[in-house]
Amino acid sequence: MQQPVLAPERPALRSELPALDADFLALLMRRQLTLSVSCAVCFMSLLLGLPLANYFLPELMARRVGGFTLSWLILGVLFFPLVWTISFVFIRRSMALEAAEAAYAKGERP
Amino acid sequence: MIDPWILSFSLVTVAVTVAMGFWTAGKSKTASDFFVAGRSVSVGWNASAISGEYLSAASFMGVAGMVMKFGYDALWYPVCYACGYLFLLLFISGPLRRFGAYTIPDFAEGRYDSPLFRKIAVIFVLAIGFLYTMPQMKGAGTALAYIFPGLPYWAGVVLVGAVVTLNVALGGMKGITVVQAFQYWAKMFAISVPLFVVMSVYGSYSTHLGMNAAEGPVPAVAERLPLPEKAPEDLAWISPFGPLTTKAAAAAGIPPEGRRPYSLLYTYSLIIALVCGTAGLPHILVRFYTNPDGAAAKRTTMWVMILIGVFYVFPPVFGVLGRSLLPDLYSATGAKGTDKVVLELPRLVNERLPVWGSILSGVACAGAFAAFMSTFSGLLVSMTGALAHDVYGRIFRPASSQAERLKAFKVSAVLIGAVAVALGVQVEAFDINFMVGQAFAIAAASYFPLLFMSVWWRGMTTKGAAAGMLGGGLTALASITLTSFSDLGYIPLAGFWTTHPLLRILCEQPAIWAVPLAIGLMAGVSLLTRADVPADIVKKMLVLHAPESLGLRQEYDAEHAVAAH
Repeated sequence: MQQPVLAPERPALRSELPALDADFLALLMRRQLTLSVSCAVCFMSLLLGLPLANYFLPELMARRVGGFTLSWLILGVLFFPLVWTISFVFIRRSMALEAAEAAYAKGERP
Repeated sequence: MIDPWILSFSLVTVAVTVAMGFWTAGKSKTASDFFVAGRSVSVGWNASAISGEYLSAASFMGVAGMVMKFGYDALWYPVCYACGYLFLLLFISGPLRRFGAYTIPDFAEGRYDSPLFRKIAVIFVLAIGFLYTMPQMKGAGTALAYIFPGLPYWAGVVLVGAVVTLNVALGGMKGITVVQAFQYWAKMFAISVPLFVVMSVYGSYSTHLGMNAAEGPVPAVAERLPLPEKAPEDLAWISPFGPLTTKAAAAAGIPPEGRRPYSLLYTYSLIIALVCGTAGLPHILVRFYTNPDGAAAKRTTMWVMILIGVFYVFPPVFGVLGRSLLPDLYSATGAKGTDKVVLELPRLVNERLPVWGSILSGVACAGAFAAFMSTFSGLLVSMTGALAHDVYGRIFRPASSQAERLKAFKVSAVLIGAVAVALGVQVEAFDINFMVGQAFAIAAASYFPLLFMSVWWRGMTTKGAAAGMLGGGLTALASITLTSFSDLGYIPLAGFWTTHPLLRILCEQPAIWAVPLAIGLMAGVSLLTRADVPADIVKKMLVLHAPESLGLRQEYDAEHAVAAH
């Protein structure tokens, strides 16, 4: 099997970083997964909550807002900006998390 | 009779696509250019290209037609098509890019050190790709038949297939990146400008939606033609749990008040299929390898969500306006029915502003062309990559030179293009949404669980991954095929479905059980075979998750791989 080759620009870096072990991996994955799952829960509660609202609160969801029913307005128009907001928050936090993890691995304690 | 405006705009789209293909062909020189666009595509270009590739004929024409036909329930399609990218962003795009493979089978083999698993992954890339290609071909055939009345269906398929295959063979991934980015903006223009003109003449989105009264008299704020018998009633159309999701329960003779639980189940299964399927489509996933790094892959995903989210606001508006202004479309089916509302609606403007209606319809036709051409391009690159890189370059000729791999790419593109055209010619009788649904359901039950579990669980083994991917993907395919063949009359199950509406829903929309089945099989079999977890799993997972600045990133660089062999 053809093994992938490491990027040539930093050939010696791994051996210089004793922190890159199973413990560091566990820390990385735990922090990143916590962030991803939090955002996913927020998204899924909106996505899976809307059918439930339609099911249990049909009169409220059929109420007119302009010409739209409330349910149509949420799903057909407002849902997109809500998801963009979640993704924007995720990316900002994810970048900050990666910067902190890199600093930690390089021994740059705050 | 051929409308000269529609013909002109469509020809311009094809001409620009071909010209851009030739222009970019000169810039694509290395294997890396062809497979992953030199890994140098900026966030803006890549987001436009991914969006251009993703917005297929089903999105451009099908969503509007479905909203017109089924009402509220069809809104889940555009919303989940767009929001599925959030799952990609949260769980898959960054780690996948960091792993540095060329294709998904590269990832499968690299993650599990299993050449056998590469072969399984290649089969799935080709299977999902061909399933997704067929509806694009159907779109091409029907759109050309609309432009040239009397033109046989197969001629449109062959023409579009040949043009796109030429483009891909000439420029590879780097070439189609520019073309697809252009095609996103062409589609955005083509869906929005005609609609704004139609709304300025005939009334707004909310005005026409407001005419679908749940109770009482219809407000006479804009003109509305009488609905034919085949059109759903206002209340059923505008409310959740309408004709799309209650079909099985209604066929079983269940009274309206008892249908809602079935409808809720159908809705959830549809949501899971579309969201997880989006995050598991190989031709979309392969695009993330063209980003310079994982951070760029994440930013690209966010911009894709914005670009396609803005786009998906428009097709439902066509559906809503079409219900008021073109109710005759309810009486026909397939390409002659509600599916062509995007192409037909702008023509109405001719009544008030002569010629402008034809020009706007021409613009919409150009958008439809851009839709099936760009999606087919992306699928072709993805499948060609699987054949040229995974089958030829990795399985048959691992020591091949870069020049040989480039030649293999071009030969594979022509081969896959020819097969796609041959299959496309056969599917005239099939429904576009049926074929798209098959591809999504299989992707949701195979690639999505594979990627999600491989990225986030260290304990996954090759056997677990293969069992889950095959178990989920094949059972989803089998159940969808069962319902479809039964609907086409090949299997006599109509009586069975009317007495078992729950089974009918679970077979027609299998994601709600197939995705958990795939994940469960992966977890269960991996636990039983835990001794097979790759020895260097910590290193592999660090490559997937550690920030790029630590220098762990891998690259399947053709030159280095050949040198190292």
